[in-house]
Amino acid sequence: MTPLQRIQEQFPAEIIETHTFRGDETAIIRPASLLPVAKFLKETPELDFNFLMDLTAVDYLFYAGGRIQKEFRFEVVYHFFSLKFNHRIRIKVPVDEKTPEVDTLCGLWASANWYEREVWDMYGINFKGHPDLRRILMYEEFEGHALRKDYPVNKRQPLIGPQN
Amino acid sequence: MSSLSSPTNFFTSKLNDALGWARKFSIFQYPFVTACCGMEYMATNCSHYDQDRFGAGFPRFSPRQSDVLFVVGTISHKMAPILKTVHDQMCEPKWVVAFGVCTCTGGFYDNYSTVMGIDTIIPVDIYIPGCPPRPENVLDGLMKLQDKIQKGEQSRTLYDPRTKIGRPAELQGGYSIEGHIKHIEASS
Repeated sequence: MTPLQRIQEQFPAEIIETHTFRGDETAIIRPASLLPVAKFLKETPELDFNFLMDLTAVDYLFYAGGRIQKEFRFEVVYHFFSLKFNHRIRIKVPVDEKTPEVDTLCGLWASANWYEREVWDMYGINFKGHPDLRRILMYEEFEGHALRKDYPVNKRQPLIGPQN
Repeated sequence: MSSLSSPTNFFTSKLNDALGWARKFSIFQYPFVTACCGMEYMATNCSHYDQDRFGAGFPRFSPRQSDVLFVVGTISHKMAPILKTVHDQMCEPKWVVAFGVCTCTGGFYDNYSTVMGIDTIIPVDIYIPGCPPRPENVLDGLMKLQDKIQKGEQSRTLYDPRTKIGRPAELQGGYSIEGHIKHIEASS
């Protein structure tokens, strides 16, 4: 039984969509169930996802040149890996534009701390319960979130020197 | 002393020329290395090309002890105040070399994080374009800097993007996404 089948069995009501591509399994889950699903992935002995490999986000504004309109603007993407069993799973959580919020995973994987700060910095997605949600790459005075698709490419906000 | 005062061995000079000559062959440089241009900088410093032949082989890692600031690599807006502080800490007379096209104009970067040319922050004496510049190009720039030091010239002006004053004309064009897309469409 693959990890994906395992969480489908455990959380049948929470999974919106799944797909598998060449052995890489993905589940799109409801935001409210993120913490229980993550806890299940980490703490079940036969899954044992002890490594959060990546945590990032996608902005689907103007997706496919504006032809595809998604219900939710953002998706937060989690890549989990088990060092013991050498298996992986990708979890996606849709996030609304008006209240861009998901629960933090800092309590489960310590590495989530900086990943979540990066996603906050670049996409402005708030992680509820994060111990220290500050910008990590850009400076404090930076206005807006640079990887949002509506952030103008040519926008400049230098710390010092003339506007260029 | 008697021979110096005789009319046949008369020798005229200016103190500034002598100072300039001494300064241009004892450049104490501060390498402000942030990116891939640093590789070419190191290559220029090592034995194949050997910057030390020009008296510039001794990097000082304190701005207070150096004459020439080598800005080698992309400067981001977050790094800009640090670069400005380092430049302010250097004693006069001081010169600045923009090493690589990112420091000259921003290069191919046109985004939220990159300074579009360090001459918007600090005055630049010598521009060495290239991505990265070859060591020959760097040595050429170094010799041009030596000429400038000999003459006692220093750049004092910042580049203003609105008036286009303060940057060489051949570096004015810069990179634009529109121009790049046009270039791709024309060549395909």
